Amino acid sequence: MRPEATLAPAPGPMTPRPYRVVSRRDDLIDTVTLELAPVGDACPAPMAGQFNMLWAFGVGEAPISVAGFDDGVLIHTIRRVGAVTAALCASVDGDQIGLRGPFGTGWDLPRATGGDVLVVAGGLGLAPVRPIITDLLANRADFGRAVLLVGARTPDALLYRDELEGWRGRLDLDVEVTVDAASPAWRGDVGVVTRLIERAPVDPANTTAFVCGPEVMMRFAAQAVLDRGVPATHVVLSLERNMHCAIGHCGHCQLGPMFVCKDGPVVGWTDVEALLRIRER
Amino acid sequence: MVQVLGAGGLDEIVRALRAQGRTVVGPVVRDGVITHDVIDSAADLPRGWTEEQDAGRYQLAPTGTDEIFAFSSPSTSWKRYLYPERTLLIRARRRRDVVEIHEPEPEAPPMAFLGVRSCDLAALDVLDRVFLDPDATDPTYAARRGDVFIVAVACSFPGNTCFCSSMDTGPTPRSGFDLAIRELHDGASHDLLVEAGSTRGAALLAEVESRAASDTDVARAGDSHDRAVAGMGRRLRSDDIQRAALDPDHPRWDDVAQRCLACANCTMVCPTCFCSATEDSTDLTGTESERWRVWDSCFTLDFTHLHGGSVRSSTRSRYRQWLLHKLVTWHDQFDASGCVGCGRCITWCPVGIDLTEEVAALARSDESVPREGAAP
Amino acid sequence: MKSISDLLGSHAFFEGLAPDAIDLISGCGQNVHFEPDASIISENDPADVFYVLRTGRAAIEIATPRQGQLTIETVGPGEVLGVSWLLPPYRWTFDVRAVEPTSAIALDAACLRGKCDDDPAFGYEMYKRFAGLVRDRLQATRLQLVDLYGNDAS
Repeated sequence: MRPEATLAPAPGPMTPRPYRVVSRRDDLIDTVTLELAPVGDACPAPMAGQFNMLWAFGVGEAPISVAGFDDGVLIHTIRRVGAVTAALCASVDGDQIGLRGPFGTGWDLPRATGGDVLVVAGGLGLAPVRPIITDLLANRADFGRAVLLVGARTPDALLYRDELEGWRGRLDLDVEVTVDAASPAWRGDVGVVTRLIERAPVDPANTTAFVCGPEVMMRFAAQAVLDRGVPATHVVLSLERNMHCAIGHCGHCQLGPMFVCKDGPVVGWTDVEALLRIRER
Repeated sequence: MVQVLGAGGLDEIVRALRAQGRTVVGPVVRDGVITHDVIDSAADLPRGWTEEQDAGRYQLAPTGTDEIFAFSSPSTSWKRYLYPERTLLIRARRRRDVVEIHEPEPEAPPMAFLGVRSCDLAALDVLDRVFLDPDATDPTYAARRGDVFIVAVACSFPGNTCFCSSMDTGPTPRSGFDLAIRELHDGASHDLLVEAGSTRGAALLAEVESRAASDTDVARAGDSHDRAVAGMGRRLRSDDIQRAALDPDHPRWDDVAQRCLACANCTMVCPTCFCSATEDSTDLTGTESERWRVWDSCFTLDFTHLHGGSVRSSTRSRYRQWLLHKLVTWHDQFDASGCVGCGRCITWCPVGIDLTEEVAALARSDESVPREGAAP
Repeated sequence: MKSISDLLGSHAFFEGLAPDAIDLISGCGQNVHFEPDASIISENDPADVFYVLRTGRAAIEIATPRQGQLTIETVGPGEVLGVSWLLPPYRWTFDVRAVEPTSAIALDAACLRGKCDDDPAFGYEMYKRFAGLVRDRLQATRLQLVDLYGNDAS
């Protein structure tokens, strides 16, 4: 048995680096936002749209989109849907997890320079698009109208509510929020998010649309965006698939010829429309 | 330059490789099949044996001669020696809230593969494109692959399920080997032709007894190659493959889905299938943990599991994924076909599904191709 | 002060309708205004008004035993309220409550139905618009049923 190496400066592609939970916030009944700082060497800085593989000791890894990156601290919003995410969501300040990345294609906000930006987020999809908004606001003069449309099941399922309200108050960003159903205490919109797309105040011919959420929602939202007249080449989505390696070796994340981990998760609508419409019956 | 090995030359090669400190792996007869295992000398090779293969059928049969390599593709491929069924990825320890992560050095004992068919040689090139990608290199595969000494053997007796000629991967090895052997046996004489494919192959060849091949030897080799090409058991046409990919609603998909058991045998025996999963475990105290990579198959129900269900939950969708990945999208991903024409998936399918037959049927707009093979 | 005709003529729902048809409708209408939380429509009441919303926001609700009033859709400027006035049994099937100060044109349903009966070409124009409205509402409702944000694997 050869002697083992302790963590070298450049670990292999499947080896996580230890990260410490700096803070933890309960967003929703099943969703937690963790702020993570490297214990030793940091992973490279992520681009908006990329994801990291977060490793819960002894349980496993899950691909989680980067929701923010601030002064070396990574922000990840995690929904509890299985054993790994449950373990990650149970983390408290000071806990250490493993992290490797960043992986995948980014939103590439600069592709929208000079035009209007339409961001449509559904449910947990608000987390991966959050860096689009923060990058856009940091470079506001590069873009025309900026519109953020957010859909959720109920007001209780809305993420980042404080931040949304802050963005809503800005004069240089249009924020519209709708839910599928609500009690009378909710004074906002109720209805499906595609309706918000119909009346979004953008110039369709000069707009780039970034869409993120469950796949069904993205399909209908993308269609609504196209119906407005946004060119198909300017519609961008973020896909999600089962991933074990994130480096194109395990095979799980394939969609047609694409490895969602490295040819995605951000993809152009024209590249995936035909693939998404195949019914896997 | 082609040489002819002296009597006992093959044994000399094995001994020379072992003297280099290499574990020599070659074909052996075991448990009623020809499989791969560590060999000590040429005597361990399956002299006098051949295989009768068909869809869902494998039978060893004696040849009645002393030919060593009269079979075609053994039950296993070489992939498990470069890409093991289980690989330790990391070992970790947690004490209070501090986690230490250790990446083990890859286990890469020096090896030699003796008896690599050209289809399996092509499969190594296919796997290289997956695991030696500069952006994502697998440490274990890279460590083992760089050093392994390859002795290829040309196929004289392609099996009934073979179609390497269709995939342009055989039956004669062209490159990627250190030494390549062709066995010539016609009752009167029994010779092993050998040529070097690398500097170290030439150096090893220089250590063993051999003479230069004559023009007759070379002509006989050519005839053997031609006979092998003519003797292919199956055929797969590339324009059929293109047509098979066109219609996701072709009724043949439903037909094969009714026969396919999603047992994953095909992916296990395929020399190029590379899908894997990761498994984490801890000891009873929860302080020590290991993360392993294990072979996986796109045929499993959970392969595409995504909170709430699987993207490909039907056998139909999973068979389609496997077939079109192997033959079509592999080209988009790796600039080569994923199929090398070895025929193992046909032989080892318990219900005898033959992908050459499925492709031919899918390429037709009516189901005019009658189904042959050992379907129950 | 704009006339009912002017207000209807510039409303999205009646886009493309000929001016004399607009005038025909406006005879059935009057301006109405609702303060926040005022009830606009009550479930099971006779559906005798067709509301054309100009400003504000109204919530379409269903009364449920455990969750109380549940808002299933909100409508705003440029949209209309109510289809039940058009077809028998002419009874409202939902509650509607103003969420913000809401101004609308209330068109008398019997008056409007009568004009559709008297002038089939006009009736056809009205029905075309309602077919589109019902189609959009059905599509939206179906998407809401699918639970777009749920734990679906698609």
